[in-house]
Amino acid sequence: MSDLQQFRIETRAWLEENCPPAMREPVRGFEDLYNGGRKPEISHPDQKLWCDRMAERGWTVPHWPREYGGGGLAREEVKVLQQEMARINARLPLDSFGISMLGPALLKFGNEEQKREHLPPIVRGEIRWCQGYSEPNAGSDLASLQTRAEDGGDHYIVNGQKIWTSYADKADWIFCLVRTDNTGSKHEGISFLLFDMASPGVSTRPIRLISGSSPFCETFFDNVRADKRNLVGEEGRGWTIAKYLLTHEREMISGFGAATGKSLGELALQTFGTDPSGRLANGILRHSIAQYQLDSLAFETTMSRVGDEAKAGHGLGAASSIFKYYGTELNKRRNELNMAIGGEPALGWEGEVYDDGRICRDWLRSRGNSIEGGTTEVQLNIIAKRVLGLPD
Amino acid sequence: MALVLTEEQLMLRDSAAGLLAEKAGVAQLRALRDTGDELGFSRQVWREIAELGWPGIAIPEEYGGLGYGYAGLGLVLEQVGRNLSPTPLQASVLVGATAVNELGSESQKQMLLPALAAGEQLVSLALQEGAHHAPEHTAMTARADGEGFVLNGTKCLVLDALAADWFVVIARSAGEPGDTAGLSAFLVPAASTGLTLEARSLVDSRGVAALRFSDVRLGADAVMATPGQAWDGLSHCLDIVNIGLASELLGLATEAFERTVAFLQERKQFGRVIGSFQGLQHRAAELFAELELARSIVLRALQAIDDRDPDLPRLASAAKAKLCEVAQRATNEAIQMHGGVGMTDEFDIGFFLKRARVAQHSFGDYNYHLDRFARLGGF
Repeated sequence: MSDLQQFRIETRAWLEENCPPAMREPVRGFEDLYNGGRKPEISHPDQKLWCDRMAERGWTVPHWPREYGGGGLAREEVKVLQQEMARINARLPLDSFGISMLGPALLKFGNEEQKREHLPPIVRGEIRWCQGYSEPNAGSDLASLQTRAEDGGDHYIVNGQKIWTSYADKADWIFCLVRTDNTGSKHEGISFLLFDMASPGVSTRPIRLISGSSPFCETFFDNVRADKRNLVGEEGRGWTIAKYLLTHEREMISGFGAATGKSLGELALQTFGTDPSGRLANGILRHSIAQYQLDSLAFETTMSRVGDEAKAGHGLGAASSIFKYYGTELNKRRNELNMAIGGEPALGWEGEVYDDGRICRDWLRSRGNSIEGGTTEVQLNIIAKRVLGLPD
Repeated sequence: MALVLTEEQLMLRDSAAGLLAEKAGVAQLRALRDTGDELGFSRQVWREIAELGWPGIAIPEEYGGLGYGYAGLGLVLEQVGRNLSPTPLQASVLVGATAVNELGSESQKQMLLPALAAGEQLVSLALQEGAHHAPEHTAMTARADGEGFVLNGTKCLVLDALAADWFVVIARSAGEPGDTAGLSAFLVPAASTGLTLEARSLVDSRGVAALRFSDVRLGADAVMATPGQAWDGLSHCLDIVNIGLASELLGLATEAFERTVAFLQERKQFGRVIGSFQGLQHRAAELFAELELARSIVLRALQAIDDRDPDLPRLASAAKAKLCEVAQRATNEAIQMHGGVGMTDEFDIGFFLKRARVAQHSFGDYNYHLDRFARLGGF
């Protein structure tokens, strides 16, 4: 038996024994994912238990090195773990920006001390991170940021304001872009700084969205002290890290496009039934659903292809921009079709009969996918200039 | 299977690109059109291509082919699309040889496939009868006559028909138009008594003809598959054919796009290179993303043929529908972005627009395949 087969057998047995039954039910939305942190929000008591058991083995982040608390698994082993988890419908034990965004940046740009201090608590879900990137009046023009960090000797003094800070009111620490120098071009003089959200001078205010929820905040810094040992990379050279992290953010957001649950075709058949030839009775809707499913299939195949090409050592340039652009447009199309199929119940906002507006709140939220993390227009600019070589 | 090309496949692609660009490119297509060449390709160039073994790429080794599979043939067809190559690679290799291999009896395969692999004989599939691809609506009759059959009816849009030595003919030996049961396939010599060819001129300047069968008598040796039960083999053959056409459309659309981007980088108006205008940049970037998606679905579908993937019918229609859509958009945008010069016959870009539409319509257009994709998806 190969080592990989042995690994599969052991993994299956361990999951069978350790994954609580309640964690084998599908999540009901973003709010139902476990994010950890000092004051974790728990929608089921087994969430923390499941996270702790997985973290014990480093399997909340199975591909990170063992020395930083990760699982140290090879690519093929990670795949086996994912397959075995999917087999029993096991939930993701921990969903966090620490894993999807800060971690990869620290592994690439952080010093040894920073990796040892910050990565293990991310693996264990002890510290929840937020991202301090966008600012008022900057938006997708990220490099125009104005939040200042002045030299205070062994620390910086941070002043300014961030906006669209996801879950800032629930996060324990922030990874933040600050301006340490104002004299050069706007891409120079930006630094990448980490600090505790409990520091004096940090305050947050939620922003209510059209979907009725408020994952985003305005975040204010008033003479916040940030220790210099938490500066990642060189002072004034943070833009490189920022860009690297943005590619991870784009890929995360484009992943929203992956549909789960019943297919649109099945949902539509339930509502409209078939005509005498066996086709979905609403012909125009059938056309739109088929187009969506075709593009969705081509998109997923492209994600696999780019993954395979990266393994083979030749990748597609600016792939993250293509995925961000296309994945978010697909997700918006899927949500629009969901609304079109659903009819009156899909318009429901509150109450059990409407599942508290799940369909239309998801639809409203999806409108933001092509705005956050760099708008569709910004992604198209990147493709035009960096891939096609079209001039400014 | 990983969705990447192997070193061997990359070499095949590059050698196809080189030869076709030099000997069977747009310039040669233009020259054949301008001289009114009835055949639509050069026999000399075809002999050179045959010497490289390409006609036999997808033909199994036991029948004299290379047994290299459709993933390999797809790469050559993509280069055919890039160069708009006037060769029998589509009609006789992709369509004809596949039809013989999928529908033919053992003795028919042994008799014909080695000659097809060597490029010495050409075969074309005679299927379409009406304005649109509708294989189950075949009305042409095959009446049993002793051990053999008698064919009566007409076929249109038969590719490279004037050069063909053989036709694979689909006709009805039982049932009514609309039934999949009752369809039969026959291997018919081009020189058969009662068979007449009428050359037709299509927008892409390639060789096409309509066929008229009037009491064409065939012996038992002409019967392919089991009489009345040709549907499954035909359907599988058409899946392969449509994936091959999607490869050609991918090459054609990519070439039209790259020529257009190059044009955007040099053409100046209002004192600026027009490629600096955001209105054009965004349309080009969207098209680039579509082409990347198109490339993925074609590669996946090609691999599905060689892997005998049970999902092949759905992937085939997905690939053809996606490429019909993307190639149409790419060629339309190419003309628009080239502006007035793109409308002139002197400039080559128009050839891509013309060839795209014919390849789109061959064996089912976007509407046909999107509908089939939905049906196979259960709705």
